[in-house]
Amino acid sequence: MAECHPVGFQWVMEAKAKGAKVIHVDPRFTRTSAVADLHVPLRAGSDIALLGALVNYVLSEGKEFREYVVAYTNAATLVGEDFRDTEDLDGLFSGYDADKHIYDPSSWQYEGSEVAAAAGHRDAQYSDRAGEDSSEGQQRSGGGQSHGSGGPSISGDPERDETLQHPRSVFQVLKRHFARYTPQMVEEVCGVPQDVFRQMAEAITANSGRDRTTAFVYAVGWTHHTVGVQYIRTAAILQTLLGNIGRPGGGIMALRGHASIQGSTDIPTLFNILPGYIPMPHAHRHENLADFVQADAGTKGYWGNMPAYTISLLKSWWGDAATADNDYCFDYLPRLTGDHGTYNTVMRQIDEGGGGYFVVGENPAVGSANAKMQRRGMANLDWLVVRDFQMIESATWWLDGPEIETGEMRTEDIGTEVFFLPAAAHTEKSGSFTNTQRMLQWHHQAVEPAGDARSELWFYYHLGRIIREKLAGSTDPRDRPLLDLTWDYPTEGPVAEPSAETVLAEINGRDADGNPLSAYTALKDDGSTSCGCWIYCGVYADGENQAARRKPGQEQSWVAPEWGWAWPANRRILYNRASADPAGKPWSERKAYVWWDEDQGKWTGHDVPDFQPTKRPDYQPPDGAKAEDALRGTDPFIMQSDGKAWLFAPAGLTDGPMPAHYEPEESPFENAFYAQQSNPARETHSRPDNRYHPSGDKPGSDVFPYVFTTYRLTEHHTAGGMSRFQSYLSELQPEFFCEISPELAAERGLEHLGWATIVTARTAIEARVLVTERMTPLTVRGRTIHQVGLPYHWGSNGLTTGDAANELVSIALDPNVHIQETKAATCDIQPGRRPRGPQLLEYVAGYRQRAGIDELTGTEANRR
Amino acid sequence: MNLRTTALQWPVLRQLRGGDPQALGAAAQSRHSADLRPRTETAQKVVKSICPYCAVGCGQNVYVEDGRVTQIEGDPDSPVSRGRLCPKGSASKQLVTGPSRQFQVKYRRPHGAEWEDLDLETAMDMISDRVIKTRRETWQDEAEGKRVNRTMGIASLGGATLDNEENYLMKKLYSAMGAIQIENQARI
Amino acid sequence: MTATTHRSSNPAAQLGYDQPPARKGFFTDTSICIGCKACEVACKEWNMVPEDGLELSGMSYDNTQGLGASTWRHVAFIEQPKSLGGQESNLQHEGVDALALAGGMATSPAPSTRTQVDLGMPGTVLPGAEGDAGTATPFRWLMESDVCKHCTHAACLDVCPTGALFRTEFGTVVVQDDVCNGCGYCVPACPYGVIEKREGPTGNDAVGLAQKCTLCYDRLKGDLEPACAKACPTKSIQFGDLDELRERAQVRVDQLVAAGETGARLYGHDPDDGVGGTGAMFLLLDEPEVYGLPPDPVVTTRDLPEMWRRAVLAAVTMLAGGVAVFARERGNR
Repeated sequence: MAECHPVGFQWVMEAKAKGAKVIHVDPRFTRTSAVADLHVPLRAGSDIALLGALVNYVLSEGKEFREYVVAYTNAATLVGEDFRDTEDLDGLFSGYDADKHIYDPSSWQYEGSEVAAAAGHRDAQYSDRAGEDSSEGQQRSGGGQSHGSGGPSISGDPERDETLQHPRSVFQVLKRHFARYTPQMVEEVCGVPQDVFRQMAEAITANSGRDRTTAFVYAVGWTHHTVGVQYIRTAAILQTLLGNIGRPGGGIMALRGHASIQGSTDIPTLFNILPGYIPMPHAHRHENLADFVQADAGTKGYWGNMPAYTISLLKSWWGDAATADNDYCFDYLPRLTGDHGTYNTVMRQIDEGGGGYFVVGENPAVGSANAKMQRRGMANLDWLVVRDFQMIESATWWLDGPEIETGEMRTEDIGTEVFFLPAAAHTEKSGSFTNTQRMLQWHHQAVEPAGDARSELWFYYHLGRIIREKLAGSTDPRDRPLLDLTWDYPTEGPVAEPSAETVLAEINGRDADGNPLSAYTALKDDGSTSCGCWIYCGVYADGENQAARRKPGQEQSWVAPEWGWAWPANRRILYNRASADPAGKPWSERKAYVWWDEDQGKWTGHDVPDFQPTKRPDYQPPDGAKAEDALRGTDPFIMQSDGKAWLFAPAGLTDGPMPAHYEPEESPFENAFYAQQSNPARETHSRPDNRYHPSGDKPGSDVFPYVFTTYRLTEHHTAGGMSRFQSYLSELQPEFFCEISPELAAERGLEHLGWATIVTARTAIEARVLVTERMTPLTVRGRTIHQVGLPYHWGSNGLTTGDAANELVSIALDPNVHIQETKAATCDIQPGRRPRGPQLLEYVAGYRQRAGIDELTGTEANRR
Repeated sequence: MNLRTTALQWPVLRQLRGGDPQALGAAAQSRHSADLRPRTETAQKVVKSICPYCAVGCGQNVYVEDGRVTQIEGDPDSPVSRGRLCPKGSASKQLVTGPSRQFQVKYRRPHGAEWEDLDLETAMDMISDRVIKTRRETWQDEAEGKRVNRTMGIASLGGATLDNEENYLMKKLYSAMGAIQIENQARI
Repeated sequence: MTATTHRSSNPAAQLGYDQPPARKGFFTDTSICIGCKACEVACKEWNMVPEDGLELSGMSYDNTQGLGASTWRHVAFIEQPKSLGGQESNLQHEGVDALALAGGMATSPAPSTRTQVDLGMPGTVLPGAEGDAGTATPFRWLMESDVCKHCTHAACLDVCPTGALFRTEFGTVVVQDDVCNGCGYCVPACPYGVIEKREGPTGNDAVGLAQKCTLCYDRLKGDLEPACAKACPTKSIQFGDLDELRERAQVRVDQLVAAGETGARLYGHDPDDGVGGTGAMFLLLDEPEVYGLPPDPVVTTRDLPEMWRRAVLAAVTMLAGGVAVFARERGNR
């Protein structure tokens, strides 16, 4: 956190000064470790073993916050009789299809209820609910983004055992599942000594309960794995058992690396969701809007209002053209048939070619896994539009990219037409960023952009305007979605910049009279309201830009509710009803946050209560109650259809209802937990340009004996487009380097400040060598394991240049979110610079041959 | 410059007249030094902004003079950052005013070996034509026997560095276009 | 006037300023530095200091390498085989001489040769020199943001023949680009090696002139804190009235020592040291040499005859300097 979010880290330092204990878990000793109380180095890719052991420690030592767990989680709910655990199937859950490598989750359900999938991919299971054959494509499209929003839906009343003793209660299922996650296994698998693990476990549990809370903070060190979503799930289970969710000082915080990466998930430039985590519809026969929302309408929790959210979105996009008679233009939405994520897009570009590609403020030629494939995809297009501040590698690969050097491509052979358009900076446009705490903050334009530089708002507005003008008069029904689109934003200033505030007002939504809405609770399913993103409804309440509020922090409470605006409803801590006990009283005075005020008959406190304001703690829903009214006064997790935090997820995940430790796609070790080596549902794409290494005891795995992990440095930003072109940042980290331990340096004859070549089956790159004790060898399963650290900021352009670490990384994806595994893979490292030109290809081919790599390597279900 | 005033400000005279006989302090102070003020004082406006790098969301004050950004520093009012910035946030002025920023549309024709300049209006027109053409050529009414109403010929990557309003227009326009392969850094 | 104020009365008091303010300075608490280098960048952005070379130094994450004409803030990184009080690094280098393996790698700026000291802290692991299997190797990563010390007795100022260096009303020591003739006398005079003549880049206004931290003299005149201190995310760099900072520093060091960080010490706080105390003091966790700081800095002009800077001599050289300045100003028009 000190490395990548130094200013956020001031609060950790302040907490530490007040006595908080800071534990840093990372393969490397970083700038965060330097000021932590305890640094826990572990083998990259083994976090579930560590977190799972913490869960086991809590359960076996009885350290859970029992009252919280019984009242606010699904611990008491009974799991159906058909469910089989990894304990029963040696590393698989029930429902696995070994041919297709996918799970059918139907056996994971609660007893006596039917569960639908989560927000973002509930529609993927439409077929099941509609009695239609489920296609593999729908399963493959997998999960969506459910950060901060969705919970799967349930219908019916699942059976519960409040004593938590029933053998099929979630609590007991969880206990059995995690029983093998012992301190011994942590030592064996993670390389973390047992006494270090115990210190960590004791510190966390001692600092959780009524009076104290523990927070977890993570970044892509947890998400960039083939089992990344389950990393977060394990932490969520632990924090829920300890009562650390919905309370001040608790939670699990994702530290996100781009100014509005949260916003671009909420209002998604993502294939599988619409604004506000409404799923993109999948292709089904005869599906209409009613079918689309059918499974959700009438269920419990706020997702019960999905028709209102969806129809209001369609009204904001297609305005008067969207009517009840035409299903509010629901048919205008294009349909999914599988995983259309960025990596599948790139493979389609390589394999099929043609078409166009917009790359805006992103540098995939450096920043995406298997960077060569990114460039090959771009080299096979009809046209490419790159919008950036700088001449980034994604714009210039056709001229001087690595493939030109190796002879794999020749400039004159590349038919891609490339447009480079300069972009406006944050000082040259107005708009809102959503930060990592879901808070929208407005930045005001300071100056006009120079030359041809323009905002994306300008580019997309005018692109749409010109396209609509060119299509005006078309009678082709395929053009109706474009021609009927509401696209009449006022422009202002010398470059005809569209008004960002007008767009924000559309996102916020309007009532039937065109007045700004103040809360998503006002949204209607009758077409009388419009709203571009229901969770952002209220950001323009009273016609005021709430995201632009800047009451100084020192003039308000520590929650600072009048600075910016956090979704939903300006709540700063989600599910904060859980900060009070079931009767509505704070768990302790020290941790009071939101509570029931009997005199006023409403919830009150330091934050906006994340609960119906006047719903009494003893409220019991009447028969026939719907949506949020169907939840009890003691159900804090209001987006979940049972109002409970889920220790066991009966639906919503594609790779199991509980986390299990699997080895990374490429690992020097066999899985010590199960016969199942790696995530059985992971997404692999073995192809000549994306071969995998043998793992564990398989022949050839010793050709790639080391683990490498990629990461960022304080002085640079992601793929370098916003740092390698600035002298003040470049001089602070002026060259690409690898970090290795003195022991690995000795083993491979690597010299400090010399060159090293790092090799995978994809390619080889070179880096300067930094030998440092901050990289430590670990003892794993009786062997010494070395790890190589690779910051991934470099490319061939800018003031500081170097090979891109992402050249080494394969495309092997988490099945829920299709995110690549950059944080743990295997490699070789050799002294000296890499071969140049065609010799590089031969060099890497030699490695593949020696390791016996073919199209099946690393793709098998991997059962021993 | 008024020569007489200047002459009186000469160090040697000030040194003899003032209380600084060794000329280590006030007597050695040049006119320029005496008149120094922070350049932010002459800014015509101070614009409230947010750091464009990571998602902590630190507050920034952008100082503008004669239509140029003259300084960017932390906004002490922000309850997130309390006026502080990391090295990247501190380098924001160089980010927005640095010499390597591009301000000219560039075009590489198919099989071309170099960039050519292109005017923005022409570029917009050409890109619009390509969107329309590609969309028509790659349109799918159905896939696998199911209605899809889409094009697989247009893809997009980016959004995490952009404003919410920009992402909104992007998703809205792409969806109306029938493009579904819309992705950003949140996937990566 | 309180006793403490009297103790470090502003050295500018006798230098012709009309009611100078309290002496201003820095207190850099290295125990909370996270090595982010925001100070380096904020300094350069404000003062428009040019890039200082793109060289990978190999000295941990320190690629700036030291203070100089184009580096007015410098963050030192020291990787040490020692434990930080209360911290457990859990690195496992079993009986390995890491420095030897690293090919004589320099742990910047000067590797400590001190033997391991038992701090008696709970949890502090003290393995034998050969190391036990599975036990942690002592290790810590120290970071320190260095800056011009703005000495009470400033040799650079004493030797400057042109009056380009002067002491401001805030008690700080500043070079005036419009007066400096680039003679370079100040460069060897500095006991800390801070001040330097700028060599490049070509076209930069200050090439050939002596350059160093001004403690953001222009900002101070506008009641703003220096750019580095303002940016510092953890407030490792604190700016304020020197007397108040000195008290704060003492409280902090006492706190750390009481908590078992026995190596904690102040540097530059003592008015009786060889430079009369500094306007920029530091809380260090080890000997000054470990951070590349002289253990006993002495103002290099201490033994120069009192006569050296007599008014007449100064006046003559300044007159020459003044002419040179006018010439340059004209040239700029």
